[in-house]
Amino acid sequence: MNKMIPNKAHSDYLQKLRKRTIQVKVSQFLIFIVFFGLWQYSSDQKWIDPLLFSSPIKIVKLLAEKISDGTVFVHIGMTLTETVFGFLLGTLIGTLLAALIWWFPFLSRVLDPYLVVLNAMPKVAIGPILIVALGPNLTSIVAMGILISVIITTIVIYTAFTNVEPNYVKVIRSFGGTKFQCFKEVILPACFPAIISSLKVNVGLSWVGVIVGEFLVSKEGLGYLIIYGFQVFNFTLVLMSLLIIAFLATIMYQLVEALEKKLIKNRIS
Amino acid sequence: MAFLQLKSVGQTYFSKQTATTALEDITLSVSEGEFVSFLGPSGCGKSTLLSIIAGLLRPTSGTVTLRNQIIKEPHAKIGYMLQQDYLFPWKTIKDNIMVGLKLQNCLTKERIDYTLSLMKEIGLHDTLDQYPSELSGGMRQRVALVRTLATSPQILLLDEPFSALDFQTKLKLEDLVSSTLREHGKTAILVTHDIGEAIAMSDRIILFSTKPGRIFRTFPVSGHLRKRLPFEARQHPDYTVMFQQIWEELEQIEQNDTE
Repeated sequence: MNKMIPNKAHSDYLQKLRKRTIQVKVSQFLIFIVFFGLWQYSSDQKWIDPLLFSSPIKIVKLLAEKISDGTVFVHIGMTLTETVFGFLLGTLIGTLLAALIWWFPFLSRVLDPYLVVLNAMPKVAIGPILIVALGPNLTSIVAMGILISVIITTIVIYTAFTNVEPNYVKVIRSFGGTKFQCFKEVILPACFPAIISSLKVNVGLSWVGVIVGEFLVSKEGLGYLIIYGFQVFNFTLVLMSLLIIAFLATIMYQLVEALEKKLIKNRIS
Repeated sequence: MAFLQLKSVGQTYFSKQTATTALEDITLSVSEGEFVSFLGPSGCGKSTLLSIIAGLLRPTSGTVTLRNQIIKEPHAKIGYMLQQDYLFPWKTIKDNIMVGLKLQNCLTKERIDYTLSLMKEIGLHDTLDQYPSELSGGMRQRVALVRTLATSPQILLLDEPFSALDFQTKLKLEDLVSSTLREHGKTAILVTHDIGEAIAMSDRIILFSTKPGRIFRTFPVSGHLRKRLPFEARQHPDYTVMFQQIWEELEQIEQNDTE
């Protein structure tokens, strides 16, 4: 209809929307340019210590070098594997634990203070124990990634489970549905949005866990590159690894967001 | 023997401070094909009683029997419809109406066809692939009716199923539910606080008093009103007379309450 009758007000409105979007994009791009430009310039002018803060051009040169000799991909591959395992398993185990305490309300009351304590405790502090227990390898780093996200996931998802509209459960029960059917047909699907959003949070948390794990013990990975660069005072290497991490974490977050859009497009209840 | 029989049913809720008696000594029977309404002010325990009949709640005393069988848990022969549709937003309309059959493990061709024919009957068979969010409130409550009828319950428990709808939709749905139930020969119990709705739809009205919930009085609805559809019944002179009568009784209950 709006194509057949050219509506001036509507096209004005669309134009305004488009203009605002362009303004946002341009501003975002400007911040990017100004940040890196200023960084490069102040490094060249020695306003900041080039040894410590390096400069974008040095980082890009180093990155090009690492790409051409292929070594950077080994590190990226390693860290990516650990992180993906970390956040997927963290979310999965957290959801399973939440399901367990949902199933046994007694258990939820018993475990409540322990969950609070475990959640408050800085999990990275257990890192050294993990490494001794599981060995200085991929397992203990993945375990670190899981550990850091699993408790908060359990708490968040369990809360979501208990907040499901009780009348949905009533519908299932009125048909003679079992407790398992209530869980499968209502509780779990109703909480998909909560599970996805904790997946999003866990992407970030797992990066922390994995990088800290690699700091403690590893022979490859981006965390290893950071700690190695620090030890040999090569801060260009440190910053390059950091930028790669930022880039990858963003990509991962975007992927989870795309998954979210696909899975819950029909839910406006 | 009556179709549905309640024998001195009572329900007491306990909290740390008090024990509240929600229902006391409810004895009544409903015969097959009858449409009974539970009417009363809020807090008279009429919804609680419906949950007990549905087997969702165990009464603290007394028994409920359906065809001489004691009801202790939800039963395939009892259908329950809530105040709002509570269609699952993540399921298509088709999956929503089939949910009862799926839960009772009887997704046979015959049952599926029957359910689809019900959809046709209420005029919504073209929405099967849509999601609940795409339907209006009235349409959704009609879908909920089909979901309840899909498992072929012998008795339908309606817990204020029209209360969330606008007046016009409500009137239309009353007619639809009434004629659908009559056509399929279903027994029904409607919980409502709307006097007009109770008169227009039922064969018998049971008035509840509060604190604790008890049967206060029973009103048989005149034959003139019973044979008419709800909308027409509302135009009949008998309707106004009965409305007055029940109104006065309700006033009295309220007065007893405040004393």
